[in-house]
Amino acid sequence: MNSDSPSHPRPGAPVAWLFKMAWRESRRNRSRLFLFVSSIILGIAALVSIYSLGENLQREVDLQAAELIGADIAINSNRDLSPDMQRLVDSLGDRQSSQRSFPSMAYFPAGGHVRLVQVRALEGEFPYYGRLQTEPAEAGASFRNHQAALVDKSLLERFQAHVGDTLRLGALGFRIEGALIAAPGQTGLTAAVAPLVYFPMRYLAATGLDQKGSRIGQSRFIKFDQTADIPELVKGLEPRFEKELLDVDTVESQKEQTARSFGDLTRFLSLVGFIALLLGCIGVASAVHILIRERIATIAVLRCLGATALQAFLIQLIQIATVGLLGSAIGAGLGTALQQGMPLLLKDFLPVQVQSRISWPSIGQGMLTGLLVSILFALAPLVSIRNISPLHTLRVDRSDLAQKDKLRWLVYLLIAAFILGFSALQLKAWNKAVFFTLGVGAAFLLLSGTAIGLMRAVRRFFPNAWPYVWRQGLANLYRPNNQTAVIILSVGLGTALICTIIFIRGILLERVSLSASGNQPNMVLFDIRSTQREPLLALARSHGLPATGTVPIVTVRLEAVNDIDAEALAQDSTLDMQRWIFTREYRVTFRDTLTPTEQVAKGSWSGRWEGGKAPIYVSVEKKLADRNHIRIGDTLTFNVQGMRLQTLVGSLRKVEWNRVQTNFFVVFPVGVLEKAPQFHVFVTRVPDAPRSAAFQQAVVRDFPNISVIDLGLVLSVVDTLLEKISMVIRFMAMFCLCTGIVVLIASVMISRYQRMRESVLLRTLGAHRRQVLAINGLEYLFLGGLAAFAGVLISMAGSWTLAHFVFETTFRPDLLAAAEAFTAVCALTVGIGLANSRFVVNRPPLEILRED
Amino acid sequence: MPPILSLDHVSKTYQSAGHRLTVLDAVSLTVEEGSTLAVVGPSGSGKTTLLGLCAGLDNATEGRIELNGVRLDTLDEDARARVRNLYIGFIFQNFQLLPTLTALENVMVPMELRGERQVWNRALELLDKVGLSERVHHYPSQLSGGEQQRVSLARAFSNKPRILFADEPTGNLDTETSARIEALLFSLNQEAGTTLIVVTHNVELAARTGRIIRLKGGRILSDERTTPDCQQPIPPRT
Repeated sequence: MNSDSPSHPRPGAPVAWLFKMAWRESRRNRSRLFLFVSSIILGIAALVSIYSLGENLQREVDLQAAELIGADIAINSNRDLSPDMQRLVDSLGDRQSSQRSFPSMAYFPAGGHVRLVQVRALEGEFPYYGRLQTEPAEAGASFRNHQAALVDKSLLERFQAHVGDTLRLGALGFRIEGALIAAPGQTGLTAAVAPLVYFPMRYLAATGLDQKGSRIGQSRFIKFDQTADIPELVKGLEPRFEKELLDVDTVESQKEQTARSFGDLTRFLSLVGFIALLLGCIGVASAVHILIRERIATIAVLRCLGATALQAFLIQLIQIATVGLLGSAIGAGLGTALQQGMPLLLKDFLPVQVQSRISWPSIGQGMLTGLLVSILFALAPLVSIRNISPLHTLRVDRSDLAQKDKLRWLVYLLIAAFILGFSALQLKAWNKAVFFTLGVGAAFLLLSGTAIGLMRAVRRFFPNAWPYVWRQGLANLYRPNNQTAVIILSVGLGTALICTIIFIRGILLERVSLSASGNQPNMVLFDIRSTQREPLLALARSHGLPATGTVPIVTVRLEAVNDIDAEALAQDSTLDMQRWIFTREYRVTFRDTLTPTEQVAKGSWSGRWEGGKAPIYVSVEKKLADRNHIRIGDTLTFNVQGMRLQTLVGSLRKVEWNRVQTNFFVVFPVGVLEKAPQFHVFVTRVPDAPRSAAFQQAVVRDFPNISVIDLGLVLSVVDTLLEKISMVIRFMAMFCLCTGIVVLIASVMISRYQRMRESVLLRTLGAHRRQVLAINGLEYLFLGGLAAFAGVLISMAGSWTLAHFVFETTFRPDLLAAAEAFTAVCALTVGIGLANSRFVVNRPPLEILRED
Repeated sequence: MPPILSLDHVSKTYQSAGHRLTVLDAVSLTVEEGSTLAVVGPSGSGKTTLLGLCAGLDNATEGRIELNGVRLDTLDEDARARVRNLYIGFIFQNFQLLPTLTALENVMVPMELRGERQVWNRALELLDKVGLSERVHHYPSQLSGGEQQRVSLARAFSNKPRILFADEPTGNLDTETSARIEALLFSLNQEAGTTLIVVTHNVELAARTGRIIRLKGGRILSDERTTPDCQQPIPPRT
């Protein structure tokens, strides 16, 4: 043996040679290689834009946290402070402002419009950080000096009201001083649900609204000249604040809370982006599979000349990794550009102004993800290189290399682990990540199964009697080097996402509409004082509305369940109860019968208290009881406006909440609460919009303190909300759909190289251009049709599951929208397929054969 | 001359659809260093399989193969790849040039795989020898069949092989080009003193070698010396 002996390895080819060979090999395939990775560009763009948004948002929240609450400390409560707490709060800080907020009817006399708004009566210079953004700009300060109000800008626009017009709140008219554009902590979304109206607090008493039955929120905004010790100070006072159930916000807590909320949003959006990336990866895997099949001969020659399996593998891997990195870099660039538009898209959800800046960590993260996934997904076909024998130089072996390789299962395992790891990183919860991974896996398996089933069915039930062109087009679905699986997967998943969004929107809107169908009530009036009951019923009757009676409401607080109170719950982490059951106010009623929306699920209904020392049996809503382990016979101690009242749980009720109806967590029997301070709710049905408007105007005129919600308003708010939310989701889903289209184009172009030879052969044998086009057109029609059909079916199954288990309603799919999506996807697939075939049919066969 | 290649009871069988198919059946032979040899026989007689086994492109089912003192049947695929790179040159019927590499780069690859430096000059020199000094930067698709086979010849000799395997080297070429390639093959081979094993249907080509082995049904039917000093047929060692 000499030093050249194979058992005494020499250095052999250096690593640089591998790169040189990769460069040489890629020469004539670069455009095709790039086509392979173009599928991941949009996925990376989506991720980078969302990561960048997240980082920019975090920076802005850090910078603008004080402007989110407008002060150093905000203390919020929905009841009067105790004298001790009042003294403590008064002593805090150097400057203070007060605010009272509650829902009320706003009446615009000029146009005769009424609308439920969120009223804020303000005293002081709040906000200390940031400002009330108004039009005109000075209105944010000047409205405090006289009987004037700031009104949400979109509300003014909707009712065509203007600065200088009059707005009536309760018994008092206000001059509209300005249009409110932004207030601390407000987003476009909150303004759509409850438009804001600010007015000076000194006029609150004159409106008569401070005596409302509904909850009036009180806030104290505190400003310190020296802010260094605030966190320490608040920490020290925390036990006292907690004891009085006060909600205290500081700049730091607001920062954390906002970051948490938007962390959730960006995490959710990045998962949608990740789905687009995964979809693109399927395209990469499929393309690399075909590439390796084409390169078997080349790789066999290299092996023959002495290249090891590892060298042959690395030469291919370097090419894939390089174009993967290039694709990721382009995706990152595109994502950075798109990121400029993200704050605009999300403006209704963002509480701060976001300045878009280039985020290098996000770009790095996106590029690394892109590089990793392109390598990972290419690995499945790449590992088969190990099986390419140099003997291929002497004999052509047509068997599928990938199918032989057991190592591909390890690669699949790595891919699953990567998806799980990535989603766990985004969701910060392993159980959710497992669900996400399983969900993605199920969708992929379902679509792949559809593709495989289709190929088998076509082969088994092949229509031999059909004309040649049809048979050829159909046979292309299962012949070697077909793209059936990858096209059905990519197009199907994109269609499924878009259709699911359409269906869910429909489900939610229909759910609200159905709640008042038939003769169900569709209007609720609340904050009715006992003295206003009869006149209000008379007014309703005079408008021809059904008015049988009102429902009394008493505000109570739950102090203890058996011997567990708020303090015990806070100290014992083993207790599985929700903390808010002791902190919230309960609006309860008393009656001797059940309503049609209730049903006793456990125990027995007791509608009347016997009096004396007899126990008071209350009925509790079943879900509330289940969540907090409240059982029949448990003792509930209530605080009824200062008076402790001990009751026993007599029954648990199932309640249908999705009706315009007064429903309650807790119902008392008749004979207990009659003398407690109470207000009333009146539920009725108005037949149409004009009569609804007329009645609301009359109510606001005669009973200015009463608030009205009608189903039209609820529907329009839900519609607005869904529109805003679905616009964001649609935007993200577009990444998936566009990736699907890119994968489709790439797959079609890859299959062009496969189909080119036979199309040329057909033309050489005398086939017309039209026949070749028809064969290709039919193949893509079958593919597009089936992919769209599978996508629509998956979205229907998903939407039905959501409708049945989450929204608890009947699913009626929007078949017209589904048909439109189906037609559009079919047309797109056929269009792309035919555009690609024109390349073959428009040029002389010899020209293509020579190129090949 | 010492043997460069020896086969001892080498068999190759394939398992296909439950059937056992014996392609080579206990073949034994020895090839002396520097000699030339042709393997002839009808299609399916096992010629290509024999070449594949001798060149370490495949594993024998049974028997022992030794090339330049190295037992091929004991090596794994990567070690056999090194053997090929160190000792073997190949010429194929369909040229088997790497389509994305120029003529020059195709010739350089075996040397680069050995980790050699400054291979450019030797590759140019070889291409000059085969008459392609004007076409060094052309891709295979830009060359005629004869030119491609000449590049293949230059590549085969680039790593100074001890043994050269040629599988139907003129099978895809017209008569005139075939004659030129044959002449080039034998002249380069003589100059380098390389052992040459040719698998062919071409009787004229086979006749130019010093020894002809006839295969049929996976067995050696005859083994005859064709050179004047060695006219007597050698009985097969089966």
